[in-house]
Amino acid sequence: MTERILTARMEAHPADSHTLARYEATGGYTALRKALGEMSPADVAAEVKASNLRGRGGAGFPTGVKWGFLPEDLRPRYLVVNADESEPGTFKDRILLERDPHQLVEGIALASYALDVHHAFVYVRGEYPKPARRLQRAVDEAYEAGYLGTNILGSGFDLEVTIHLGAGAYICGEETALLNSLEGRRGEPRIKPPFPAVAGLYAKPTIVNNVETISTVPWIVAHGGRAYAAIGPERSCGTRLFSLSGHVNRPGDYEIVMGMTWRDLIFDVGGGIPDGKALKAWIPGGASAPWFVPDEHLDTFVTIDDCAAAGSMLGSGAVVVMDETTDVVAAAHRIVKFFAHESCGQCTPCREGTTWMERILWRILHGEGRPADLDLLLDVADNISPGLRWPPAMTTICPLGPSAVSPITSIMRYFRDEVEAKITRGATVG
Amino acid sequence: MADAPDQVSITLDGRVVEVPRGALLIAAAIEAGTYIPHFCWHPRMKPVGMCRMCLVEIDTPRGKMLTTSCTTPVADGMVVETSSPVVKKAQEGVIEFLLINHPLDCPVCDKGGECPLQDQTLAYGPGDGRFVEEKRHYPKPIPISDLVALDRERCILCARCTRFSEEISGDPLIEFVDRGNHVEVNTFPNHPFTSYFSGNTVQICPVGALTARPYRFRARPWDLEAVEAVSTVDSVHSKVSLEASMNEIVRISGVDCDPTNQGWLSDKDRFVYEHLLADDRVVVPLIANGDGFREASWGEAVGLAASRLADLGGAVAGLGGARSTNEDAYVFSRFLRGVVGTPHLDAQLDDGLAPEFAAAVEPRALIDDLDDADAILLWGPDLKEELPVLYLRVRKAATAGAKLVVVHPRRTGLDDVAAHTIRYRPGEGPALLRRLAAGEGDLAEARDALGAGKVVALVGRPGLAEPAELAEAVAAFALTLDDARILPLVRRGNVFGALDMGLAPTLLPGRVSVDDAERRRALAARWGSLPDGVGMGATDILEAAASGRIGALVLLGVDPVRDHPRPDLARRALERAFVVALDLFVTDSTRHADVVLPVAGLGEIQGTVTNLEGRVQKLNRVVPPPGQARPAWSILDDLAAALGSELEADAVEKIFEELATLAPAYEGLTWDRFDWAEGRDGVVVPLEGVTPPLRHVPSDPGLAVVSERPALHLARVLYDDGVLVRHCPSLASLAPEAAAHLHPRDASVLAVREGDRVRLEGVGVVELPVVLDPTLAEGTVYVPFNLAETAALGAVPSVRIDVVREAGS
Ligand SMILES: Cc1cc2nc3c(=O)[nH]c(=O)nc-3n(C[C@H](O)[C@H](O)[C@H](O)COP(=O)(O)O)c2cc1C
Ligand code: SF4
Ligand code: FES
Repeated sequence: MTERILTARMEAHPADSHTLARYEATGGYTALRKALGEMSPADVAAEVKASNLRGRGGAGFPTGVKWGFLPEDLRPRYLVVNADESEPGTFKDRILLERDPHQLVEGIALASYALDVHHAFVYVRGEYPKPARRLQRAVDEAYEAGYLGTNILGSGFDLEVTIHLGAGAYICGEETALLNSLEGRRGEPRIKPPFPAVAGLYAKPTIVNNVETISTVPWIVAHGGRAYAAIGPERSCGTRLFSLSGHVNRPGDYEIVMGMTWRDLIFDVGGGIPDGKALKAWIPGGASAPWFVPDEHLDTFVTIDDCAAAGSMLGSGAVVVMDETTDVVAAAHRIVKFFAHESCGQCTPCREGTTWMERILWRILHGEGRPADLDLLLDVADNISPGLRWPPAMTTICPLGPSAVSPITSIMRYFRDEVEAKITRGATVG
Repeated sequence: MADAPDQVSITLDGRVVEVPRGALLIAAAIEAGTYIPHFCWHPRMKPVGMCRMCLVEIDTPRGKMLTTSCTTPVADGMVVETSSPVVKKAQEGVIEFLLINHPLDCPVCDKGGECPLQDQTLAYGPGDGRFVEEKRHYPKPIPISDLVALDRERCILCARCTRFSEEISGDPLIEFVDRGNHVEVNTFPNHPFTSYFSGNTVQICPVGALTARPYRFRARPWDLEAVEAVSTVDSVHSKVSLEASMNEIVRISGVDCDPTNQGWLSDKDRFVYEHLLADDRVVVPLIANGDGFREASWGEAVGLAASRLADLGGAVAGLGGARSTNEDAYVFSRFLRGVVGTPHLDAQLDDGLAPEFAAAVEPRALIDDLDDADAILLWGPDLKEELPVLYLRVRKAATAGAKLVVVHPRRTGLDDVAAHTIRYRPGEGPALLRRLAAGEGDLAEARDALGAGKVVALVGRPGLAEPAELAEAVAAFALTLDDARILPLVRRGNVFGALDMGLAPTLLPGRVSVDDAERRRALAARWGSLPDGVGMGATDILEAAASGRIGALVLLGVDPVRDHPRPDLARRALERAFVVALDLFVTDSTRHADVVLPVAGLGEIQGTVTNLEGRVQKLNRVVPPPGQARPAWSILDDLAAALGSELEADAVEKIFEELATLAPAYEGLTWDRFDWAEGRDGVVVPLEGVTPPLRHVPSDPGLAVVSERPALHLARVLYDDGVLVRHCPSLASLAPEAAAHLHPRDASVLAVREGDRVRLEGVGVVELPVVLDPTLAEGTVYVPFNLAETAALGAVPSVRIDVVREAGS
């Protein structure tokens, strides 16, 4: 399947796909023209609802449904685009920002029109200077060309867009931490409810959507929601960006129609494992996702629901492939260390528990593990995510703490012997 | 389903209970008798759900869900498990997580023995720890202010202190820094935790991370003997627990009294006990001897005082009583009027409000009225400086939505949360009031804010150089509004109780006018006699003493040289008259006394006091008075006996019983009423039935004293050089630098810069450095009252200002 919705332009015009001229020359802003000219805001929202688009930020929540949660009578409303993309292995929003920023700008204008929003924000991770520059340039061009600002295209619709750079905290990708950070507070997740749609930025109704989600909106408005819904499997329709990395022959970003198997994704799209090595495991949806292994999951379909049923998720679309040489304890330790480092620190189980698990794994990795550490590790994990179930239960405020549990349950389920061997045989890492 | 509209029913561990609609689950459960452990939740602050100790399981359509009960409001039909295996495991987990980095230095920790972490570890924690790594280390306690030390190793990051500072006291000087496992509480560089309320954070810290430097290592909780009382530092009367070890008060903690302090104290309330232990406290009777004093026996001292008072007939006056209990004040009133036979007595020093107004202005507001007020008018002192706990209550109301209008010559602590701030030059208050009442020009919005709904008017003197009548005029304006109540603001300890006991020339006990014939008869019958006519107030008394018309002054806990607007007059009066002083210290005033009689202080006596809203509460005793100090009423009883009269004041209960019979507003109160549930928050004595109604509110404020010279704004600061603060080592150093504050434009006209020195001439002359204050009304100089360097200035409407030029420049 070669459907290209998000990446067609950048593929065809690698040199200048980010410019307004190229964007307009390839049909850009016609959806906005159409919406402002012929459609009511409700019409636009209805198309998005009909598209069955599910959010690309991680949780896969239906976008049209989320938009419907805005209370009727409260104004102002805000749209916040989540471009914090910081999960290890995820680099899909980056190309959308860097190589087709006008697509996002048009999506923002369309979504804002649909939602009666007059001020939208894009929160870009601080380590993305080039994508942020490209986006800022695109926004400036759009203002100049009359696609943003007051009385857009003579329609009477006004929209301001503000780009804000983060300061290097992964947790600011969590939508309520993001809102706090945008307000100038510490980037700490808020207690929900209230959800942002009811009380978000500056306590006003706010929709937070991922870059990819919003970038899809121009196509949906141009072609109709039903056309989008018709692509791929019913509950995971449309195309989706995957960031393939690790031990694959062709790492990179791929836009694919969901519904293929993992075997297809890793071996056809990704070109298989280098040097003819065997596949050992892969992370199907970002560092917070429980791992998949070839024995059980190669024929699982790459859809949101199939992956959930198999105990993991498509999450942020980051697929990290590990070959047979991978030290899974080292890999798990690296991921847990990331989450411990990125914990915002406000809730006890995450602040203390992630660090503790990291230390236990470090011990095991360095030959200082004890037999009791296996149970201890699982029990500490259980105190963060009771029952070690999927989707996770949590003693924490947000899912970051439980995210650190995923690699641990994964290695304990599939590679317990390797972990035990490290304890009985001692260190393998200097 | 619950029957009452404001109740819902929930199932708590299988038991169906009715709980208040909208309540947080944790509060409702605890109220219903099911304790839920917690660290970060505090009933007086917004929940944050951070510690995760209060997890419970709730039935949802998708099965049981773990959730924090401190962030979940109750809902009708909610089914809750507070100790299921899942909940228990989660709680054990949280405790274990908290302990992995918590040092086990409980044996040397102030909190040990009253530590929520220790207690909950015992009740809900795992048997042992499994953490074998090195704990997180920080340098042991670092001072974060003169009063508070911070031990970051002990901190469990519950955010109670940081939330208190931001949400309650409004001076966010401590914050979380860093992230994840490196989060720590700390102050900002070069900004110490100089909050007037810092001690509250020590009290609500669930571990020993924040400790009070005056208390560190002084006692173990299990050695403390505690009684309830109220703070008499100011007239709010915050409820406290007085805690003593080995017969010394070593700590004062706040007690949550819903209508008053809601648990909070100012640091002055909290650390003021230090004065009781001061080395130079007067603990034996003293008789003047040359330039100083000599110790004397009670018999000799009382005998000397009585014989001189007897010689002078009625040419005697009494000052003070505003720092004493109601019982002391009542006995003082009876002693002066009934025994000495003088009508000249005053608890205030012309530094407060007219007694009739302060005691009986109607309709009177309760502090609680702030909570549902639509608007609050504050035209009076800077509450943060003078009545800090009332500042907290007004701040709470204003942040909850009440429209606050602050009128003051300079920025006040409440300006941040005010809807409207209005500045004026002292002296121009009446003109401003007329414009405000008319809603003229830029005052229209503030006037509109006051026009709608329930209004609480907090009225007092913004500064001592402004006349008391201004407050009455402001009240008169407020009474023209639809639904306004007045809270008169006078700061000193038990000044309202003293007025209620008749310590004012125009008042008899029980808010009765001196010319109420019927009450006079009743009193005279009991007291034996009552002098005729209206006596003199403080200033007239001092004038009379200075000129010899009054031969003797009896002082009860009063310091006219420091507190009267005319310090020079006070000094001359005390130098000339025969002075009997009942006091804790030899002060600038009592050093002129002929006899000083040592009185017992807070925690050393029992008694009742009455706060600014008319709430009567009880003080209990936890330590014996030092040396030979005694309750004032008992000293006065001896003096009366030496004068040949019988006061029958031999037990505090008896005095209370007597005043509750003779003081109409207090009728029917009984001594033990305050010890039981409904009286523990005190009893507000009614204004109804006061005869005659003591309205004393001029409707036309023709008081303007506008001068070409700079107007003087002379206002109190929390930490001054008064006798209490001076005798508390921990507080004395906190007094601000004395300075003359000028608006930058005035300073540039005078060609002075910050730090230059100016000479101010009021009653006396003082020389002060200049501080520039752009928030001050132009044409005004602000000087903090009652600092050593400013004491001589006196409260005059305007001052002469001269720049002190360096020689040669
Ligand atoms: C710890 C954490 C980190 C997250 N990081 C991101 C992120 O970097 N980008 C993103 O779009 N969503 C992230 N999310 C998900 C957002 O909270 C939110 O669900 C998403 O932005 C919604 O967009 P969507 O509806 O378009 O998927 C994160 C969530 C968690 C719990
Ligand atoms: S789970 Fe971790 S990241 Fe999320 S709120 Fe708690 S401490 Fe912060
Ligand atoms: S008490 Fe509820 S989370 Fe701390």
